[in-house]
Amino acid sequence: MGITQILFWVLSILALLSAILVVISKNPVHSVLWLIAVFIAISGHYILLNAQFLAIVNLIVYAGAIMVLFLFVFMLMNLNSDTEPQKNKWLKIAGVVAGGSLLLVLVAALKQADMKNQLAEMNKGDIGLIKNLGMVLFQDYVVPFEISSVLFLSAMVGVVVIGKKD
Amino acid sequence: MPINYYIFLALALFCIGVAGVLTRRNAIIIFMCIELMLNAVNLLLVAFSKMHQHTLAVTNPNAGIDGQLFVFFIMVVAAAEVSVGLAIIVMMYRNTHSIDVNFLNRLKH
Repeated sequence: MGITQILFWVLSILALLSAILVVISKNPVHSVLWLIAVFIAISGHYILLNAQFLAIVNLIVYAGAIMVLFLFVFMLMNLNSDTEPQKNKWLKIAGVVAGGSLLLVLVAALKQADMKNQLAEMNKGDIGLIKNLGMVLFQDYVVPFEISSVLFLSAMVGVVVIGKKD
Repeated sequence: MPINYYIFLALALFCIGVAGVLTRRNAIIIFMCIELMLNAVNLLLVAFSKMHQHTLAVTNPNAGIDGQLFVFFIMVVAAAEVSVGLAIIVMMYRNTHSIDVNFLNRLKH
């Protein structure tokens, strides 16, 4: 088992454990911090798959910007685990059973799929480098790129309109 | 790494997100679970973008690059979605002094 496999398993276990802790922590701030751990683990997976640009963007945009936004909102609201609304026990069990059943069905459907010799290339290939991504983004995907800038503008206007006190 | 492992890892992350949406009542935690699901999909897209490379890269060096660009656009849309969603949640907190989603079942006042 090479270093790549070891890193894959370590990052997978880290991602899954942190994801479970996001869901079960009582304190919302701890949930945010565990979600940052999930994002760091997923960025590690991107690096293993040689998608360096996406790894860095994931860290900057998700762990850096979005999670800070979540933390700010939590701190503005001054919430803690005492004021945390709780569902009753049966609804929680039903939710976990529903999620587990979805996982079971999807795993059962995909278990028999013939993908044994399909490998995800690790540590090689240069499609994840910023030069190649940039060439394709600004040649073939210019229109979606511009549309996403319009989307950002409308989101910005929407946030200002929603957040305005009236 | 066989592609199966990535598929099952992404499925597990996605289903943890689904279970979180169904079990929690805090609106922001539900939102974070949606982010978790989006990230599971992103991870799977990146893994798939590297899947056929060893056969296709001979003729087309950019084979599979579309998957990574889709991930890029998903991140863009997620950032816009988070900003609008958090603004709505802050508005809701200002009106009801709670972020319990059960307060949202009557949208009138």
